[in-house]
This record gives sequence, structure tokens and C-alpha cells, in this order.
Amino acid sequence: MVGIVSYGTYIPRYRIVVDEIARIWGEDAEVVKRGLGVEQKSVPGLDEDTATIAVECAREALRRAKIDPKKIGAVFVGSESHPYVVKPTGTVVAEALGVGNEYFCADLEFACKAGTAGIQICYAMVKAGMIDYGVAIGADTSQSRPGDALEFTASAGGACFIIGRNCIAEIEGTFSFTSDTPDFWRREGQPYPSHGGRFTGQPAYFRHIFMATKGLLEKLGLKPSDFNYVVFHQPNAKFPMRVAKMLGFGKEQVRTGLVVPYIGNTYSGSSLIGLASVLDVAKPGERILVTSYGSGAGSDSFSFVVTDKIEEFERNPTVLDKIRECEFIDYGTYVKFMRKIRR
Amino acid sequence: MLPKFWRKIRFRYGLIGSYCENCGNYYYPPRNLCPRCRRKGKVKEVQFSGYGRVLSWSVVHDAVENFWISKPYVVALIELDEGARIIAPLDCNPREIEEGMRVRAVFRKFGEDGEEGIIHYGTKFVPIG
Amino acid sequence: MRVAVIGVGCSKFGELWEMGFRDIMISAGVEALEDANLEGKEIEAIYVGNMSAGRYVGQEHIASLIADYSGLADLHIPCVRVEAGDASGGVALRQAYMAVASGMHDVVIAAGAEKVTDVPNAVEILSSCADVEWEVFNGANLPALYAMIARMHMRRYGTKEEDLAMVSVKNHKNATLNPKAMFRREIDLETALNSPYVAEPLRLFDCSPICDGASVVILASEDVARKYTDTPIYIEACTQASDYLALQSRRDITTMDSVVQASRKAYKIAGIDPKDVDVVEVHDSFTIAEIIAYEDLGFVEKGRGAELVREGVTMLDGEIPVNPSGGLKAFGHAVGATGIRQAVEIVLQLRGDAGKRQVDAEMGLSLNVGGTGGTAVVTVFSR
Repeated sequence: MVGIVSYGTYIPRYRIVVDEIARIWGEDAEVVKRGLGVEQKSVPGLDEDTATIAVECAREALRRAKIDPKKIGAVFVGSESHPYVVKPTGTVVAEALGVGNEYFCADLEFACKAGTAGIQICYAMVKAGMIDYGVAIGADTSQSRPGDALEFTASAGGACFIIGRNCIAEIEGTFSFTSDTPDFWRREGQPYPSHGGRFTGQPAYFRHIFMATKGLLEKLGLKPSDFNYVVFHQPNAKFPMRVAKMLGFGKEQVRTGLVVPYIGNTYSGSSLIGLASVLDVAKPGERILVTSYGSGAGSDSFSFVVTDKIEEFERNPTVLDKIRECEFIDYGTYVKFMRKIRR
Repeated sequence: MLPKFWRKIRFRYGLIGSYCENCGNYYYPPRNLCPRCRRKGKVKEVQFSGYGRVLSWSVVHDAVENFWISKPYVVALIELDEGARIIAPLDCNPREIEEGMRVRAVFRKFGEDGEEGIIHYGTKFVPIG
Repeated sequence: MRVAVIGVGCSKFGELWEMGFRDIMISAGVEALEDANLEGKEIEAIYVGNMSAGRYVGQEHIASLIADYSGLADLHIPCVRVEAGDASGGVALRQAYMAVASGMHDVVIAAGAEKVTDVPNAVEILSSCADVEWEVFNGANLPALYAMIARMHMRRYGTKEEDLAMVSVKNHKNATLNPKAMFRREIDLETALNSPYVAEPLRLFDCSPICDGASVVILASEDVARKYTDTPIYIEACTQASDYLALQSRRDITTMDSVVQASRKAYKIAGIDPKDVDVVEVHDSFTIAEIIAYEDLGFVEKGRGAELVREGVTMLDGEIPVNPSGGLKAFGHAVGATGIRQAVEIVLQLRGDAGKRQVDAEMGLSLNVGGTGGTAVVTVFSR
């Protein structure tokens, strides 16, 4: 039985509300909030980046699992905001965790699905008997051009999943759907990503999530009603609700894992923090479906079945606790924190 | 300064210090020799829990270069639960600090060797709760 | 061998834009030679305290440079640079003292010099006398470290920001009477207390200004001293002690054990008690350091240092005048020069040459501290 042995999350404590961003750029905040279903987003502090977020969520996961860090055989950090273009984030993380030197490591990049890509790789490595435990992290301090629509949602956060045997949630199956679809990208040397506007919808987000999820359901012979919870990549609150409906899931199944209204789109952390908030309340025997989406484009779909072990597993502080613990900042502070202004 | 930082990465990232098996004292930063036992000392590497309490602190307005962007920032003298003391940045609202306040270690960015240089990470502290 | 000071010299302290390292050093040296009535060839060795010429002016090997520009190159005498942070001057004095006391030399120069204003990051360089890897890297520069000392002293003993400000006011007042001081301007308590925080609870007026300057004292054995001067001032003791470099490793941050140890030893060697001292120069790099020095030198019990400044005991007309020169705060802190500059002041006071700031004194003491107390040098002088 291979699956999630432990998990941890990190959300920076700073928040900026949509109204504040809209005020600066002359947008109608109510229209934006209604359109995106997002009220506010998380902002990293001046001393936080993808590496620090990755370490903090991974430390929480290690603490909860009470695993000797030396038993970790692989570390994958998925992000589209790695602090270095060349030099892995993963080695910083592994060093901070005290993994030692005998481990496999690589950074992953696949827009917002690099974290779930790490889970799939760890799953395969554990199943193949190559490693006992693998660490998969999705973390980002996502960038957005000032005034761009992305600025309302692009946020920061991360989640870590330790994959191994003796787990709190078994991976029942996984299925990926991938194509070359340039809906969102960032070229070498460019500070901010570009996107195809409405093109990011139907041919990108919806097609890939729909096909990956459908493929997984068919592979496992399951139907939407077999799941207690479903988590989709959440660039805003509307998209996951709509794709859920397209696939035949109800709003109630989506709600528990929908964190984007309060913290924004944490990119590589997005679907994973959603999964973590479901695990925070899940009971043994419950089934969870997760489908990520990464621009460029692809989706990884997973079915998890919660085991009895979750009952004695330490789940505090929960994602909800971290959502609540926040400090609001204005746009000036936000651009300083994001290094959008330089001295 | 690249090798100088690299050499101490383990101690900065993981809050690893020293413990003398002869006298039972803990030290941070790590020491090669126990100042109490000297040649009789048996110094071993130790991983600190990362929990401690604030003994004294300052809100720094006239910042050192790497902290300039964060000013005013807080540095504190912290007594770790094991007994060693450490001077480290404390990330919190300066008005909330009290003597004896419980804190825990977090992993944060300290600065960088300019825009093209390596990034320095290390241990800062935050209040518990 | 008993050791005497036979001559002193001091440059002006401050931002000496027109003067380079060599000019400043030589101006103090020439003054000292004149004061001692020496031709120059009598000098047998030079000890110079300097913290960071390499970083401040990009020049190392300054011992040779000084012998050269002092016109002593042809004498081929040994010249030694001494470094101990901002206690470099004090340590150089002690090296020179030992050279004479041991009988090795009869006439030696103890000097201190620093030129800091050629670089924009003078304060940052000064902070390297704290632990750069484990204090400064973590955001704690010298003001922040002294601020943590101050906060603990305030919380434990009830010392107030007003007490710190009074030290500053006193030292500024003394400096108005000293023509060579950097700040010859009186300030009031409100000015000090309304100045901006540098590192809470320390404000701008709690911090000494780093500046350019050089000082020189010429030491001679008792046997030859009278050949050059009718007013030799004797060094009764010159002691030095060390402590952990970083504040975090100290037993108690409100006490400088190095100061306690060095002073107790000095009193013993000199055969005196703290109460026998009539005039004192202490290392007020920050105002809290002066208050702690009162305690650690034994002028008052631990925790009651602030009382001395509150009650005016350490004012120029008080029972134990401290920092009649204006101290580091108002005379200026020329880093490696400071320890010698303090000795110059005590010698002038004991000789009766201190002009308008003259106090009645027979026994004087100077305390030079490196960083936050990693090094302390205590020197006891008598008429």
C-alpha cells in the first residue's frame, strides 16, 4: 500500500485584498471579486521565497510523521518560481531537513502541476522499491505583471507530501493527460509570465482537467459519486466549480478543498494545499479525487483512499488555521515585498 | 565569500550546534573545543529543537546592508531550550515582544551576494502561538 | 622597571577630509615628540594600535609606513602594529608598557591611528569587531548588540532611557571645553531623548561617532624619564583581559567580565581601591557602556551605575569625573586611536595641563574596550 505518509503546508502570513489591487489599477473590485470568486491572496514576506516555503511545509510534514530524515530517498520541489534558474531548490530543502547526502533530487517545473508531478515520481520510486520515502513539494511565490489580471490571484504558499508505505491515504491510481498547449508561459530572462487570456480556459484548463479526471475514473471504474471530496487546480474559484459540474461532481464535494478565495492561486501549491485541507478533516475510508493543472499543458489526476492511520495522525495546525492567521498589507507594501520596486 | 558561507550551511539551515558529553553544556554556534572542559571535553554535534525564549532584543533602525530592506527589524538574544544562546533575527511585530516570550526556529532568507550571487538562507525565529 | 609617560600628542578628532592616514598619524606624533622634548633618535620601538587600515584605507603593513613617515626609517627600529578591534590602542599601550617594564627598551612610542572617512561603510567595518559570522550576519551590528545589553540592564536594574541620555549630555558638555573634540556643542536632555532610534532602546545620541584621529604617548623607563620631563606621569598598572567574542556566549550580558577582571588585577598591582581613583576615561562607545563601566570598574555596585550619572558623581565637578575629555561620544571615536587618546587625557589631567576641563586629580584610570567586551584594557596612572 503506497500513498501519503504525511503532509505539511505553509502559507505566508501576509494578505492583500482584491479591493486594494483594484483601487490602484482603476478596476471595479466587486466585478473582479464576482468574476474570480477570490477575496484576497497571500503574499510572501521579504525573507521568504520558494525554498523557504518548501522547507517550512516539509518540516511540518516530517514533524508530523516522526520520520528520521535520513530515511528519505528522494526530494522533488516543483515550482515555477525557483529562486535560481540554475541550481536546485531541492538541495537547499534537503539540507535544511537533514536528509544527509544519500538521496536523489531534482527540481521540477510544469507551471502549476510541478508538485503533483513530484508525487507521481515518488509514488513510482516507492512502488519500484527504489526508496522508502520520497518528498514531493509544490511551492511558489508566483509573479504577476503589475496591473495584469493575474495580479489579483498570483500568490504564495506550498505543500509537502511524503510518499511511502504505511500511509494515511493510499494512492488508488493516477492518470495524466498532457499536450503542447501554450496558454501561459515565461520566457528566459523575463520577470513576469505572459498568458493567452481567455485561451487559458476551454482548450487549456478545462480540456486537460476534464480528460485526466475522466481517464482516471475510467481506469479505476469509479464514478463521481464514489468520492467524498474532489480537488481541482484552483486559479480562481470559478474554474474548479465549473469543471466539477462538467464532470458530474457536486458543489459540496468541491467546497472543503477550495482554498483559493482566501489565499489566491499558490500555483504549484494550489491543488496540493486544497488536498491538505481535505486531509485535515477526512475520515478513514473516505475517497478523495485530486486533479492538478499545469499550463503548457497537462493534468495529473489521483484517487486517494484515507486509511485508519489518519486517526492518530497530528493534523494541527490545519490549513484553515493558517488561512486565518494573517496580516493585511497595502499595495505599496505588496510591491516592496514582491520586489516589484527596486532600490 | 562563497566557500565561507557554504562551509557553515548545515549549522545555519538546521540549527546544529555542539554538546559536550563531559560537562553537559550546549553551544551555538558549534565549537571545536568545550570552553569549560578544554582538552577533557568531548564535543559532539547536536541538532537543537529550535525552541527557546527571548532574553533581550532590539528593534534595529540603522540596518546592516543585507537587512536594509527589512528595516526596522528585530534581533533577539534567545535562550534555546537546551541552554545555548543565540543572537538571531526575530520576525514579529516589535510591539508584541516580551521578555521570556516563547519562540521557534523558522527557515528564512538572509540576503544574497548581490543580484548575481548566491542566496543566503538561515534560521530566524517567530513567536509561538 | 617603573614606566613613565614623558610626552603626549593628539590630532584633532573628526571628519578630517584634508588629511590622509599618514598626515593624521604624523600630526599626533610630532606633537608628542615636542611635548617630550625628544629629537627622535631616542625612540627604540613603536607600537601602533590600528583596527582596520586594510579595509579603511586599503593599506596594510602600516607599522613600516609609520616608521617611514615619522622620519624614523633610518633608525631601523622595530615597529609593531597591534589589532584588537576598537581596543587596539589600549593593547598597543600595554605592549609598549611591557617593552619598557621588562627592561627591553628605555624609550618607546605607543600610538593609535585610524582614518575612517575615506570609505562609505565605516560603521559596517567597525561592526566587524563583533562576531561577523554569528552576530553581524544575523543582523546584529554593534548598536544592536549594545541595545540588547541596554534593554536587559534597564529591565533588570531599572536603568532608564533618561539615564543613558544624561551620559550623553554630560560628555557633550565636557567636550565643549576640549579644543580637539569632534562635537564641541552642548546638548540638552530633550535633544538626546528626541533623537531617532538607531537600535531600540539606543538613540542617535547614545552612539559615539566613528571618526578620524590619531594619538601618541611616549613611554620611558623611570631611570631616563627625568632626563626629558619634570612632570612624568607613572603607569602603575596596565592590564588586559579577554572574553567570548560574541555576546551570545557571555555569562551575563549586563556585565563585562573582561572589564571586571582587568580592573581588579590593575587595582591589585597598583595597590589601590576604586575609590582612590580621581579621574577616569571609559569606553562610552554607547552610553550604556559608560554606565556598565561604572559598575564593572567597581565605582558602584552592579545595577546601580545609573545613580552615578543621575547624582552628578561623574560630572566634571563630581566626586569621580568620568570622561572629562568628552569621551567617545563627544570627543569622537577614532577606533584604534581611542585607547591612546584616553591615556593622553588622563596624562594631561594628572599633569595639570587639561585647560578648562582640568580636575583635581592624583590618580587616573582609563578603560578601553574592544567590541562588546571581548577585550578590555585598564591602565592606572599616577603623578
